[in-house]
Amino acid sequence: MKRKDFLYLSGMGMGALMLPNLSAFGTPIDPLQALDGVDVRIKKELADVALNAAKSKGASYADIRIGRYLNQFVATREKQVQGVANTESYGVGIRVLADGCWGFAATNNVTKDAIAKAAEQAVAVAKANAKIQGEPVQLAPQKGYGEVSWKTPIEINSFEVPVKEKVDLLLNVNDIALQNGANFVNSVIFAVNEQKYFASTDGSYIDQDVHRIYPNFNVTKIDRASGQFKTRNSLSSPMGKGYEYMHARPEDKVSGIVTRYKGRYDMLEDVKEAARVASEKIKAKSVEPGKYDLVLDPSHLWLTIHESVGHPTELDRVLGYEANYAGTSFLTLDKWESKKFKFGSDKVNIVADKTQVGSLGAVGYDDEGVKCKKWDLIKDGVLVNYQAIRDQAHIIGLTESQGCCYSQGWDDVQFQRMANVSLQPGKEKLSVDDMIKNVEKGIYIIGDGSFSIDQQRYNFQFGGQIFYEIKEGKIVGMLNDVSYQANTQEFWNSCNAVCDESDYRLGGSFNDGKGQPSQSSAVSHGSSTARFNGVNVINTARKI
Amino acid sequence: MAILSKEEAQAILKKVVGFSKADFCEVSLRGSDGGNIRYARNAVSTAGQISTMSLGVSSTYGKKTGSATINEFDDASLEKVVRRAEELAMLAPENPEFMPLLGPQTFPESKTFNANTAAMTPDTRAEMVGKSLGVSKAAGLDAAGFLENSTNFNSIMNSKGLFAYNKGTNVSFSVTVRNKQGTGSGYIEQDFNDLAKMDTLALSKIAASKANGSAGAKAIEPGKYTVILEPLAASDILGNMFRGFDARSADEGRSFMSKKGGGTRLGEQLFSENVNIYSDPMNAEIPSSTWSGDGLPVKRTQWVEKGVVKNLAYSRFWASKKGVEPLPFSRGVIIEGGTQSLAELIKSTEKGILVTRFWYIRSVDPQTLLLTGLTRDGTFYIENGEIKFPIKNFRFNESPVIMLNNVEALGKPVRTGSGLIPPMKIRDFTFTSLSDAI
Repeated sequence: MKRKDFLYLSGMGMGALMLPNLSAFGTPIDPLQALDGVDVRIKKELADVALNAAKSKGASYADIRIGRYLNQFVATREKQVQGVANTESYGVGIRVLADGCWGFAATNNVTKDAIAKAAEQAVAVAKANAKIQGEPVQLAPQKGYGEVSWKTPIEINSFEVPVKEKVDLLLNVNDIALQNGANFVNSVIFAVNEQKYFASTDGSYIDQDVHRIYPNFNVTKIDRASGQFKTRNSLSSPMGKGYEYMHARPEDKVSGIVTRYKGRYDMLEDVKEAARVASEKIKAKSVEPGKYDLVLDPSHLWLTIHESVGHPTELDRVLGYEANYAGTSFLTLDKWESKKFKFGSDKVNIVADKTQVGSLGAVGYDDEGVKCKKWDLIKDGVLVNYQAIRDQAHIIGLTESQGCCYSQGWDDVQFQRMANVSLQPGKEKLSVDDMIKNVEKGIYIIGDGSFSIDQQRYNFQFGGQIFYEIKEGKIVGMLNDVSYQANTQEFWNSCNAVCDESDYRLGGSFNDGKGQPSQSSAVSHGSSTARFNGVNVINTARKI
Repeated sequence: MAILSKEEAQAILKKVVGFSKADFCEVSLRGSDGGNIRYARNAVSTAGQISTMSLGVSSTYGKKTGSATINEFDDASLEKVVRRAEELAMLAPENPEFMPLLGPQTFPESKTFNANTAAMTPDTRAEMVGKSLGVSKAAGLDAAGFLENSTNFNSIMNSKGLFAYNKGTNVSFSVTVRNKQGTGSGYIEQDFNDLAKMDTLALSKIAASKANGSAGAKAIEPGKYTVILEPLAASDILGNMFRGFDARSADEGRSFMSKKGGGTRLGEQLFSENVNIYSDPMNAEIPSSTWSGDGLPVKRTQWVEKGVVKNLAYSRFWASKKGVEPLPFSRGVIIEGGTQSLAELIKSTEKGILVTRFWYIRSVDPQTLLLTGLTRDGTFYIENGEIKFPIKNFRFNESPVIMLNNVEALGKPVRTGSGLIPPMKIRDFTFTSLSDAI
């Protein structure tokens, strides 16, 4: 056995049965082959079989995605390894337009015969549903790119790093937590590699190799006498990077009341602080409810951006396609058409960007063969655009898609998913310390916590990891039981300061759920620290 | 077709276990076959047909376990996956929580399979969705919905002679109906093992009626109100609590079931006296598998009796550590209720709020199980036993533990989600802010 095989195998499948949410089926292949991917010439041949079969059955358009998805999950608690799982999923999904209606079929049998059969099945599904279909699908034109490829710019492939190295790191993380007062600790490294091949009747043959990584932990401090327990999660962000993300350099650290990270992550340092903070939280005072100026760190603000800006600017939600599940949007077409809907203050500039290096949503092309790009959503506080895919582009007068189509696997149909949506840094020089100096009564929130927002994205409530009280320009102590509630439009209009580019960092989620059957996607949100004046803070302490 | 009979599954599992050279070997084999239609704006948006089957092998030497999965079933592939699991077991660290395998067990035949549901086709689905679309189109409303059916089997075998098999079916339907002005919205969801019980026409009419009835909602002040939770709303909020009935996290001091000073709240009166909660895989309305994932028989279990916590779930490891019998938690929680209908509960209410469903429920504080979330798709003000007018949606901040202490009345339980849940009348339910969302 080659060394590389050994490294890969040393994680292959262990504990996979404990992870019901991970796709756990796929064809048995040589581990080395799984890392290197399937020959593009073979994939092109298979793709042409599908496209020709679909056309011959009457499809006016067809695309095929041949995907191999590798996940690696290394999980520990305290002094033991809970599970090491490598899952692999390989198969094809074929989407067609026939009689003006979409049809989809998928198979894990990657042979020419099975692919041709799946293509025919997709056409049959489209034709069956065309009988109850309303308006026919209108697809924005898309030029064929021929044979092209794209790869996440990684330095170290996470799947080639020995499992032992990851296990040692996580057990070290746990030791540090326990030595610094934590009673319990869980730690995890989760790595993803999507080897995706897309081909369509437009004439594109696109081969992509996408990498993501998510290290995280959770520490718990218990005070048995009072029955209290407090937790703190890691301040890491999941990233579209390789294992180099785990090798933090001094320039990747943002110093302050706690250390935060940009670019790369120091898990050992973070867990030491987390254990200390969890102990402090046990003793922190409960917040007095009322209006506060909130200073929100990017490790927290990413989630507020995700829920209150990312989702309501998705055009499928605006139009009603998510009405039965994730909901619709208050950003209705008339607001966009007015060209003066004041979403936020003048300080608020928000962009969608599928090309942002290091982000979770970065790819070269989306899952319907559209080259990715960056565009404005909110410009100087005004709603200027949405996020759209090919069958919606005409509705907002676009001649091409914005490239927001994605599927979580080869066996799921692609549909509209969020691009990386980020708040742009302030144009004037402003540090976090300078920002805090101007706050009379405020709360500085670091890290994401509880999150909930209504189905049209107006009313939200967010918690966090760490809350520091600010009085007359100074941090005076830690608070507990803090959540803030606001209306999206009022909240973003209360934004009166955004730190400059030197403070800009990415946060994000590996598991943004949407659609029926529900699919998850990974997406990043960047910002610098921002201040929101006069936000309603509630006290969440209860007795049971 | 990815659905194997008991005998077919047993034959494959026997073969796989026969390939094992490890001290112990556990094998699982599962498959599902199903399809779906999704629709919105009164038209189909996506539809699919998905068929999958997979095999997992766990091999153990001493306390070192390795696992591998595969989805090809020729002899060479089956042997290959066993060898891969054994190779991993040799490389794995020792698992101090490894439990010896269970020997043969006896399980009653479950009632989870229904042949009509298993026979559903794309045409059946299109016809059922067509009925729903007929309601919304005729009423000048917009429908968005989802219909899905699946047949599945699950089986396990180990080298100590354990074998278990279960086959089941499910059909689920949900629809949101909105008026064209976007000022009213109604929702319904239902799932069954048996297709014959699913009436998409009748269900869509309820959602349409709520869409019309909820238009023009008035704002009333947030605060503490008596609420009548429809079974779906009650299920939404209580599902979070059931996950906390875990002995280990309670013993470790990090659960709402943990006791101040150490220990658990097992045996304590945690809820109102009229709260009785149990699970029973053989319940005809909500049948579930008669064995747990690790091969333990699942039996009728009383979790709460007259408000007292009677049982917590124990994994095999935690049970051995605590010297008690393992007790798996079961799908299909049943909350006993009364005989009153939802309409009767409304009639008996002087002032209150009727909640159709909740949305985006998240934990705010695991210590007290405080949850937040919002009402959605039909919230109404009740006065003198009648629904007076629709009201704007609220955000709540409430603990289900507090909620089950404030039970005034329980109606007749109905199957909803993964439970058999009654409509509930609850006093002093805490709404903290208003939402403009419709």
